[in-house]
Amino acid sequence: MSELETIDHDVLVIGAGGAGLRAAIAAAAENVKVGLVCKSLLGKAHTVMAEGGMAASLGNVDDRDNWRVHFADTMRGGQYLNNWRMAELHAKEAPDRVRELEAWGALFDRTPDGRILQRNFGGHRYPRLAHVGDRTGLEMIRTLQDHAVYLGIDVHMECTVVALFKDGDRVSGAFAYDRERGRFKVFRAKAIVLATGGIGRAFSITSNSWEYTGDGQSLAYHAGAALQDMEFVQFHPTGMVWPPSVKGILVTEGVRGEGGILTNKNGRRFMFDDIPENYRSQTADNEEEGWRYTQGDKNARRPPELLTRDHVARCIMREVREGRGSPHGGVYLDIAWIKARLPNAAEHIKKKLPSMYHQFKQLADIDITTTPMEVGPTTHYVMGGIRVDGDSQMSTVPGLFAAGECAAGLHGANRLGGNSLSDLLVFGKRAGEYAAKFSKERGAVTIDNGAVDDASRFALAPFERSGSGNGSGDGPYQIQHKLQGIMQDGVGIVRRDAEMRKALDAVLAMEQEAQRVSVPGNREYNPGWHTALDLRNLLTISEAIARAAIDRKESRGGHFRDDYPDKDPTFGTFNTTLSKAADGSMHLERIPIPPMPAELKAVIEENK
Amino acid sequence: MSTSATFRVWRGDETKGELVDYKTPVSEGMVVLDAIHQIQAEQANDLAVRWNCKAGKCGSCSAEINGKPKLMCMTRLSELPLDQPVTVEPMRSFKPIRDLVTDVSWNFRVKKEIKPFKPRKPDAPDGTWRMAQSDVDRVQEFRKCIECFLCQDVCHVLRDHKKHEEFIGPRFLVYAAALEMHPLDVEDRVADLKREHGIGYCNITKCCTKVCPESITITDNAIIPLKERVVDEFYDPLGKLVKIFSRRKKDA
Repeated sequence: MSELETIDHDVLVIGAGGAGLRAAIAAAAENVKVGLVCKSLLGKAHTVMAEGGMAASLGNVDDRDNWRVHFADTMRGGQYLNNWRMAELHAKEAPDRVRELEAWGALFDRTPDGRILQRNFGGHRYPRLAHVGDRTGLEMIRTLQDHAVYLGIDVHMECTVVALFKDGDRVSGAFAYDRERGRFKVFRAKAIVLATGGIGRAFSITSNSWEYTGDGQSLAYHAGAALQDMEFVQFHPTGMVWPPSVKGILVTEGVRGEGGILTNKNGRRFMFDDIPENYRSQTADNEEEGWRYTQGDKNARRPPELLTRDHVARCIMREVREGRGSPHGGVYLDIAWIKARLPNAAEHIKKKLPSMYHQFKQLADIDITTTPMEVGPTTHYVMGGIRVDGDSQMSTVPGLFAAGECAAGLHGANRLGGNSLSDLLVFGKRAGEYAAKFSKERGAVTIDNGAVDDASRFALAPFERSGSGNGSGDGPYQIQHKLQGIMQDGVGIVRRDAEMRKALDAVLAMEQEAQRVSVPGNREYNPGWHTALDLRNLLTISEAIARAAIDRKESRGGHFRDDYPDKDPTFGTFNTTLSKAADGSMHLERIPIPPMPAELKAVIEENK
Repeated sequence: MSTSATFRVWRGDETKGELVDYKTPVSEGMVVLDAIHQIQAEQANDLAVRWNCKAGKCGSCSAEINGKPKLMCMTRLSELPLDQPVTVEPMRSFKPIRDLVTDVSWNFRVKKEIKPFKPRKPDAPDGTWRMAQSDVDRVQEFRKCIECFLCQDVCHVLRDHKKHEEFIGPRFLVYAAALEMHPLDVEDRVADLKREHGIGYCNITKCCTKVCPESITITDNAIIPLKERVVDEFYDPLGKLVKIFSRRKKDA
């Protein structure tokens, strides 16, 4: 395979969303040779979809905020399965990461005295999200992208990694194809940072794009790294439900942060009907107080619409299941009602939520300043991912790092809105720094020719089979579609043992099917081929989600079981990990959470 | 709405191509990208198309629909006459790669030639700045850009006159405007705009503004103010005199 192009880097970053870009910037600052691989064009990654903002306890709007409150909020939201060290670092470092973006040109919305404005979001005690209207993700990715392009980072756009290489225990490189010509590339690197994002394409209703096929999680798993907390998938409570072609597209939590309310078909604000015990003291018990909170009254408690995402999603499901839903199987999210309170409500909504206004106007013919939206839960985020060290972000494979959504730990059983963008920055930077350090401390690596041949054979296999494709039975799209249905129905928002086992069996059976899939055409920009190659990743992470979900016989955070509807304290003491056993099967282990230091325990106590 | 429609999709590569008809079922609320995906899944697995967010936020699925530059994900079928075939072609100002995918790499090279953001010294001892929302508003408009490059596609300086080596196009004039009007930026890009970036080629036909899916007022709010800065710097006779004298003073 010597004819393949081999490209050398000290640090190779796979994925160019917020975490990947931040990692590449951090590594470049250490004066090592950095490569950045992205599946799409630069700047198109899923980070652009983030709307609400990034959580950081700047204390600009409410000076009672500080890292201790943010830490406690994150742990409470994650139901204490979080890696507490990551939650601590995140809360402490997020403010600096946000200010750094401003120094690189980001323009956040301002407070009256000219500082960075912060908004309310679910699960955050104080207004904490630095934001730009409802397009914060775009601002963040563009700022990072425009900063990174001047730093001498080699960017490989539209390039997909299909395998990682190892030299002994250490990771040593990656095998990729470029979309444009279908040429193979071998990357040799002393350290690799995975920043590939999530797994949303494993489900049929999702806010995620085609890229979100669990590549990083799957690549790491097959390279011997452990995955963790894969049972915790976040179903965002508010996705569009109508028309069918936009089903799943995200409706930002910012709508509720600005005063939007959830109602059922009878006009009832059903979120008041079920406020969990551990949030009762922080939640308004009447509409008046909730409204005052969204308008900045520091003495008011937050409305129940701003409870954590897992809880809001389940309440919506309950309304729909019990026959109180909207015509298209959702509930109503109403921001138009604020005209009863604000004189210039329509203008205010357009200013605060411009892309939501635009999105509903253009895709659903609905003017959100006059009409309620119809919304329902959509697969949005995976809390689980690659198990990493809290400080360095290194996985259980030496030299292999992970940051952002593809890594596990920070969010525990449920992620708070706004904690993702800050996660990308805090841990993207750490991963980049530690990867650069690792590359300096360790010597050169070699790549085994046999492994390159294997990867190449795997990548070409779909062309060499005959049978499926182009509509005649099970082409790559049909298989992906089938898998999405299995996961949505079997391991979705509400889970039961028998259904999950059935789904797991079906997923395992599909592995054979995926190995038979063939594609027409040639290697040049052939999405059928790309979809076929992504299948292995989707199947691997689907198996991981199902196995972990079956094992966790309780309900906690994003994982809700009809057969075990309550939280069970014995399940609050461990994380579930999955790794590849010697015989190639998936091995599940329950790993105890290390005891929290007294200082952090005290922080949680003081914020109870 | 009829239950099926014909899509006349450009299939080909750098060397050759043709329009191919595909008939596919349509339903309420569908956008052009849905139809393309359906065709891809059911009839042409290898139909090449870029897309990501499917919500008008990433700017990947730019194409020419019935001859008009648009995002496929934001173009509803209900806006189009479905009794005739819907033509879907790649952006014609860029070299085709395959089917609806074009080579937009030129844009990424151009951006690097524009001087990066350079902030003034922080306003507060803690290293932060103070900015009024009203000063930020103007630049936030430009920063809405999703880099779909539809403005580059429609600009006749690039499309018809192929001035890619001399003119950076509306997208990067907006980018330069965002930097020049950034409340914190202290870099000077005016000479570059005139010489390297060819701002003079723009004769404000406003086609870019018309196609912008983010409704950025490209010509009036970004390009014209930049042109004015160039004029002030290079063509203002009074200013020129002042400059000559101030230079003499310095020399003396």
